Amino acid sequence: MDPSRHAIERWLQARTGHWQSLERKLQGQLDRPAEGTEELMVLVDGLRSIARDLSLAREVMPGNRIVAYLEQLYIRAHEVLHRPARSPGQDLKKIFTIDGPRIAREMRGTILATSALFLGCVLIGWLLVEVHPELAALFASAEMIDQTQQGTLWTEGLLNILPSSVLAVGIIANNLTVTFFAFALGTFFGLGTLYIISLNGLMLGGVFAFTGHYGLDGRLLDFILPHGVVELSVICLAGAAGVRLGEALMRPGSRTRVEAFQTAVSRAGTLLLVAAPFLVGAGLIEGYISPDPTYPRGGRLVIGLGYGLVFWLVVSGLAFRPPSSPGKNRKPTPGGVAAAADSG
Amino acid sequence: MTDILHLTTADGTDVALEVAGVGSRSYAFIVDWHIRILFVLAWLAVMLLAFGTGNSDSLLGWLRVDAARRAYLLLLPPALVYFLYHPVLEVLMHGRTPGKRLAGVRIVTTDGRTPGLGPLLIRNLLRLVDCLPVFYLVGLSVALATSRHVRIGDLAAGTLLVHESKVNTESLQTAARLALSRSLSPEDQALLLDLLERWGSLRREVRIDLGSRFLAKVGEAVPEDQVPGHEQGRPSQATLDKALLARLSELAGREPDRT
Repeated sequence: MDPSRHAIERWLQARTGHWQSLERKLQGQLDRPAEGTEELMVLVDGLRSIARDLSLAREVMPGNRIVAYLEQLYIRAHEVLHRPARSPGQDLKKIFTIDGPRIAREMRGTILATSALFLGCVLIGWLLVEVHPELAALFASAEMIDQTQQGTLWTEGLLNILPSSVLAVGIIANNLTVTFFAFALGTFFGLGTLYIISLNGLMLGGVFAFTGHYGLDGRLLDFILPHGVVELSVICLAGAAGVRLGEALMRPGSRTRVEAFQTAVSRAGTLLLVAAPFLVGAGLIEGYISPDPTYPRGGRLVIGLGYGLVFWLVVSGLAFRPPSSPGKNRKPTPGGVAAAADSG
Repeated sequence: MTDILHLTTADGTDVALEVAGVGSRSYAFIVDWHIRILFVLAWLAVMLLAFGTGNSDSLLGWLRVDAARRAYLLLLPPALVYFLYHPVLEVLMHGRTPGKRLAGVRIVTTDGRTPGLGPLLIRNLLRLVDCLPVFYLVGLSVALATSRHVRIGDLAAGTLLVHESKVNTESLQTAARLALSRSLSPEDQALLLDLLERWGSLRREVRIDLGSRFLAKVGEAVPEDQVPGHEQGRPSQATLDKALLARLSELAGREPDRT
């Protein structure tokens, strides 16, 4: 046998076991850190040896399956050794306390514009039904219209039909769906998002005008007050996030469209991650408190505004901002730093 | 044509990953979809057995008693499994699901790494768009049109699907023997290995067709005197099948009964 070929054959026989041993060691390594220096060094040595083997394999058997196998093994070993330290708790805390509020501040203009669009559509919906009451059929089901004409709101007696827990689960699921759709449909150059925001605004305004014809608008307001502030705020935030997706696609700037889209999704998604959990609270309030007639309007107002205040304090980051010490607000005086250094 | 994702690691090593196409992607999804549907059906069956007597009226009767709570008990777990299946499993299985594992593909980031929680959540959130209007028409169209065969969710998350190289000891040894023999080109070596690995799962007629075509391609043939029963005239398909396997295994330097 050709000596070089014999050498390669021996090398392959010797290395096959090593590769598979490293493959076994890499199993599950993505879930946990290395247990000690010894284990870590085994992986480091493994990565180096795979790099050498890969180089040799490419030389003596280009295009062979072994090359592809070694490349995948190399990537996995490289990833395990070079992954950043993970601390999900810290990451989540950072999202809620730093990243989310920062993105919300950067998106302030878009959030305001989306909210203005929503409120504008509420007004248009109200005007439409006020002037043409027959248009209520566009925004309310036949059953809702019948009940309102008989002098009762469809929200009254909800608790006689469904228990609060069941009602809350359904509401949370529905609100999450609307929120995620408002965001994701921004992919269609923002048009899908604008449709969802406009439609919800028109519906709200139209329904208010329709119930107003029968003197039930006050009772509808009572129903919406406890949960509505947060629910509508989250939908407007999701809408702003969706608008940002559309804007990234239409005006990518100096980046490619895909790069701009990825950045917009990542940033808007972070904001959504901060806002969406509040829908759970809003759903519980809508299931337990909103349909319960024993709560007076004042109590409803306090709950709605209180929860809304908590929401906006969290989203804006004010909830996590440390209280500024009196010294921080003082204007710097000449020699102040030097004086501070001297005193230290 | 195979699409390849070429990467250079931080320490300067070049590696290549084979990008999964729409076929592998759809295959994985269909398997996962069936798993979810089977769970839903199993759950409904368990609920029927637990609360009903087995006939169609009993379920309705059962639902009338405290209808809302029981409807939720009936529908909520399947709904949760249906909607959380992909995000949860992709996170727990590092970019894989049972369907993807079966199809031999996994999700990676554009730099070849296993995606973290954020990208996996984003790609699943944008399923809402990819699945529109029906049967993932938007997602499939985008996957067909993009060079890396990705849907909108992947575009947004910076991820793609690549084939996983699942190689067992025997395949490694066979690949090594083939490489050393130098009688076949690398492409023919890969073709022969694929053929031998799939031999058992193919129909006999297909095996004979592909085996004969491969031998013809590399300028080989099954010697007639090696086909059992050749002296009685035309050999049967079974004997030709065996002879082809023997010749292909010989070319690959492995025992025929191991394929």
